Amino acid sequence: MTKQSTPMQVALTLLPIVASLVITSALIMLVGRDPIAVYERILEGAFRNTNALASVFNFWIPLTLASLGLVITFRAGLWNIGVEGQMMFGALFASWAAQYVVLPAPVLVSFEIVLAMIGGALWAALAGVLKTRLGVHEIFGGVALNSIASVITIYLISGPWQPPEGGSAQSTAPFPADSLLPSISPEFPVSLLALIITVVAIAGVFFALRGTRWGLELKATGRNPRSALLLGVPTESNVLSAMMACGALAGIAGAYRVLFTYASLRPLVSGNIGFLALLVVLLVSMRPLLAPLVTFMVAALFVGSTRLKVAMQLDQSLAGVLQGLIVLMVLLSNGLRERWRERRRFREPEAAAVSDYQPVTPVTTEATTYE
Amino acid sequence: MVRTRYWLVLSVIAFMLCLAVPGLAQDEEFVFGVILVGPQNDRGWSQSHYEAAEYVEANWPGARKVVFESLNPADAPETTLLDVATEMVSEGARVIFTTSDSFEEDTDTVAAAFPDVVFVNITGSNALDEDVPPNVGNFNGQMEAPRALAGCAAALTSETGKIGYLGALINPETRRLASASYLGARYCWENYRGEDPDSLEFTVTWIGFWFHIPGVTLDPTEVANSFFDNGADVIISGIDTSEAIVVAGQRQRQGERVFAIPYGNRNGCEEAPEACIGVAYYNWGPAYLDTIEAVANGVWESGWEWLPPVWDDLEANESSIIGYADSEGLPEEVKPQLDAFYEEMVAYSTDPANEGTIFLWRGPLNLQDGTELAAEGEPVDLLDIWFLPQLLEGMVGASQ
Repeated sequence: MTKQSTPMQVALTLLPIVASLVITSALIMLVGRDPIAVYERILEGAFRNTNALASVFNFWIPLTLASLGLVITFRAGLWNIGVEGQMMFGALFASWAAQYVVLPAPVLVSFEIVLAMIGGALWAALAGVLKTRLGVHEIFGGVALNSIASVITIYLISGPWQPPEGGSAQSTAPFPADSLLPSISPEFPVSLLALIITVVAIAGVFFALRGTRWGLELKATGRNPRSALLLGVPTESNVLSAMMACGALAGIAGAYRVLFTYASLRPLVSGNIGFLALLVVLLVSMRPLLAPLVTFMVAALFVGSTRLKVAMQLDQSLAGVLQGLIVLMVLLSNGLRERWRERRRFREPEAAAVSDYQPVTPVTTEATTYE
Repeated sequence: MVRTRYWLVLSVIAFMLCLAVPGLAQDEEFVFGVILVGPQNDRGWSQSHYEAAEYVEANWPGARKVVFESLNPADAPETTLLDVATEMVSEGARVIFTTSDSFEEDTDTVAAAFPDVVFVNITGSNALDEDVPPNVGNFNGQMEAPRALAGCAAALTSETGKIGYLGALINPETRRLASASYLGARYCWENYRGEDPDSLEFTVTWIGFWFHIPGVTLDPTEVANSFFDNGADVIISGIDTSEAIVVAGQRQRQGERVFAIPYGNRNGCEEAPEACIGVAYYNWGPAYLDTIEAVANGVWESGWEWLPPVWDDLEANESSIIGYADSEGLPEEVKPQLDAFYEEMVAYSTDPANEGTIFLWRGPLNLQDGTELAAEGEPVDLLDIWFLPQLLEGMVGASQ
């Protein structure tokens, strides 16, 4: 990988976001509304008081955890699209404990989170084994496992876990207060424990990928699994461990949805947050320290758009349009970045041959000859 | 000179009054919120609530709606009922309608956080059977009558004697509505067609939610097709969206004799009127307006209301909370029989002796597993219908 300067990295990350904001503004003006007012509402919705900010954090926590997990799997070259199902399994495991285990509150909550990590990791391991042993690509395995996790959730909600007054297939009965993550305060209803876990996860993933042998091996596996294997890197166990680490993080994200956001298990409890996380990881090109910043922007945009919808009665799909545009811009800018990199790669050996005394002037035709 | 000053003062006062008028009008603004589970243009359930909000704006001077659509974990994972209600209250909403049974539990919690705002949860019955905050109420319409008409129309139209019921998810509400259709179908199959009631095949397939969620629910388009593939020639829809009528329309254009009866919105037939026998729908507007009027006048009270139809208005639909309308697809020869059935229903329902009962919900009636619901000649209690624990005997399909 060609080293890029930090400002360059930030610029390349922000570029697609800014570009999509500009295009969205044009669209808003096209339907005769004021884009400034739209963005004002979004900002108000996300930041006007501590309660609004808390909503942003409540979306940021699961989104960041899922994104960090995906940074790990992407590093190992795995498209872990099954992250949604891994969130759901975390939620399922935590929900089981919340309903059936009686322990003092702090112990119970810790137990639920550990269970959620196990649940997510197991579901991820399944996708991993399907890949390493049976040759099922993780995208196909993941999609199937997502559906299965969802079906199991709905089965449990409408069957064994239905509320005593009769199921409506919408939700379990609310979980007992002792099993839930406590809020910091009524003015800032966010779970302190979950915040700490997220911050620890950010640091943990960063150091694991950068400063450990495992991180290096994942990178090797991701770059070229065959040569990595020939050089003695245990690629199979790396694939499994990367998947399980991601699953464990996704499991906590799922647990947060049931133990805090909804205080009960609901269908689709993962809410496509995993897919959103995939987008984030593409956007930050797998940089664990950049991910939490981008997830924060995404969370603010999403949460703020609730106010936008209520206050301006703008079409609901506007946030969706913005999201779609960001994806498009990310892909475009990634394409541009690749091109730029290839151009440099092509130029470097030449630069070495010509040696130091003659500075190389960029010649645009070089790229064309390369193609 | 005096005159000029006189006119000057008068015109200044007039000008000030003009300025004050919009101010006064603004004081009278009445903001109300409507929270939908699906899109506002689903041609079914959510659209009929959206139209009720428009009805209120048209009929209550100063009323302004704030609507949030598609509040469910898949479409809006970033937000909860509490977040949406908070935004609506900060917009000035004094009444918030939460229009799905999936909002039932959350409505109580949210209402406790905003004691000065009235919350009406529609299709829930929390205000009936649970300890709820005093600012929570429910209303619903007795959809049983239009559903029985739908069932009867299906039985009268069917040549194969096989009727498919496209169900949403399984709960007491969906069970009683499917059962109401079955009762109407069986009654007309027996009394107007002169057939053996046991020869009628009435199959319920539940997709798993109120509308299609890819990968989660069954695909209603596929379910509708498989009903027709298996010999059914009429589908009664019980889901929020319009797949049944779309499929029936496609297959009719290919020359098949198949029909559907949509549910929820009065424009439900629009997508294929020629394949549409009729439509059972909600008309929430008047009930919304009553609630807003009661709140504005300070006389609103918490409670659970299950409003019967206005019998002479079932088709015209000015005041009735529910309605049923025939459509183009209804065969000529069937119409007189369906009208006769409707007359029977009206005669029964307007007879004071039958107050507190619903037409056709009278014994002998058994639940699907054979448990007796009502003995010979006995009416089924309204609450036993509301909380119907199973489908009825004779219906094919899952009860749980």
